[in-house]
Amino acid sequence: MASFIVVKKEDLEKKQNVEPCHTLRCLTSELGCLTRQDGSVSLSQGDTTSLAVVYGPAEVRISRELIDRATVELVYKPKVGLPRPADRKREQIMKSIFEATIITNLHPRSSITIILQETEDLGSNLACCINAACLALLDAAVNMSFMVAAVAVSVADEGQIKLDPSKNDEEKGRASITFVFDSVDLNVVSIVTSGKFSQIEYKAGLELAREASQKVFQFFKDSMSRKLIR
Amino acid sequence: MRETPLSNCEKEFILKNISEQRRLDGRNSYDYRDLRIAFGVSLGCCHVELGKTRVLAQVSCEVGQPKQTRPHDGVLYVNVELSPMACPSFEAGRQTEEGVELSRLMERCLKESRCMDLESLCIVAGEKAWHIRIDIHVLNHEGNILDCSSIAAIAALAHFRRPDVTVQGQEITIHSMEDRNPVPLSIHHIPLLVSFAFFIQGKYMIVDPSEKEEKVMEGKMVIGMNKHREICTLQVTGEMLLLKEQVLRCSNIAVMKVTKITELIHTALANDKQARLRGEKHGFAELISGEKLSSNQQPPIEVKPAFNIYEEDDDSMSSMESDESSLGHKVQEVDIKRYL
Repeated sequence: MASFIVVKKEDLEKKQNVEPCHTLRCLTSELGCLTRQDGSVSLSQGDTTSLAVVYGPAEVRISRELIDRATVELVYKPKVGLPRPADRKREQIMKSIFEATIITNLHPRSSITIILQETEDLGSNLACCINAACLALLDAAVNMSFMVAAVAVSVADEGQIKLDPSKNDEEKGRASITFVFDSVDLNVVSIVTSGKFSQIEYKAGLELAREASQKVFQFFKDSMSRKLIR
Repeated sequence: MRETPLSNCEKEFILKNISEQRRLDGRNSYDYRDLRIAFGVSLGCCHVELGKTRVLAQVSCEVGQPKQTRPHDGVLYVNVELSPMACPSFEAGRQTEEGVELSRLMERCLKESRCMDLESLCIVAGEKAWHIRIDIHVLNHEGNILDCSSIAAIAALAHFRRPDVTVQGQEITIHSMEDRNPVPLSIHHIPLLVSFAFFIQGKYMIVDPSEKEEKVMEGKMVIGMNKHREICTLQVTGEMLLLKEQVLRCSNIAVMKVTKITELIHTALANDKQARLRGEKHGFAELISGEKLSSNQQPPIEVKPAFNIYEEDDDSMSSMESDESSLGHKVQEVDIKRYL
């Protein structure tokens, strides 16, 4: 069984009451947790967990074959029921992100398939999925021009910005924004927003998320080096 | 993606081993692989590992109309997802023979064994009843998905709690989870499936076949049984004939296996309940141990923005608010899905 640290309830509450806004929740990853795939990762951000697997470069269906580059396919699987339009939209967003990061020209007429399974959605699910997919691509040793890290922020009614929101924060807040950054100069790759927010709130959220994304990249590097070097 | 077939020499090797009472992973013929049951933070979410085979089951509920033929009963749906996540040869959205067999057996195990009291799910006869849905996601296929999913499904059902409902005259109130303690489903017994693989005209038999053994086997027998030794399902597939003694022997082995697994499910449920009561950490994040080389953990980090966004924020916010009152359009409704 997994070993874990027991945190007292009072301590946890105290901690949560003191600084709830600018903390990136605990990140936990397990690379290569499955056996049948080329790359697989289970990533937890706090209690939000997702599982990502990567196949490829492998043979592609003729109808989807591209002569000059690899076809990137992405499947997002919700935990309950069949995929709905919202899930398809999410799929499209993530697909376009990874089409940009993967150097597809290196593997013409082949496919790189990413499959994401939502295992627990307790806030910032999209960010967790993107991070898991990026780690899975690293685990499968797919060539990428840069890594991506996603960080979510939510805007509360009073305009307070919460980094890496929990489900509760997301529901209570008036807006939530997911920023995706590249690892080279921390530029924005993609933004997914919902709700109402002002320009200032957006900028504050962007700066906060940019800072947090560095920690996520550090975590990616640590995870990979732990696996490869030690 | 196409599946890599098993080579002839591999096949012969496995068969030779089995005829010498040996198995590739060092197990005895009647041994199960290690079983690990974990529950998620959300109710009715169960994750089962049988060796390297992994299955995730999630139970959900909604209020709907009961079936016309059974107006006093709730409805139970079983959905088994064999997606390419588990194994490259599975295809999304296309039902294979294997997939149909799997979901049919799961249905027989859960629905037709009447392990769940469907009558208690009725709210208003003929009009409103709970629809319970189990989604079973196979995450990794290393053989014997069936046993693994049956464990995951029944454990998830036992873990699940539905919102409480009160009916007063014509008025139906569904209480939120905070309002009233959610109610567990009433489960009469725990049926579990045990698979047996047969080789060389039923001469050799093994329990819990691995993925490679499944490719070599001639036939399979599945016994669904609960700990009271009641057989709920029995299915034989493949091209072989079995003797009466063999069926009896299998059912005797199944009794032992089922008793053991049922105990394990109960301990896992009790552990989870204890952890929740004490407010300890639970859920999948705890499943990944920090000791392994392939796993990594970063404790919660406080992020300090490069410049003080709050100072700027506060100033501008107050000015914003005053602006807002005079100029309503200052706060823009932005919904960008931009690509930079």
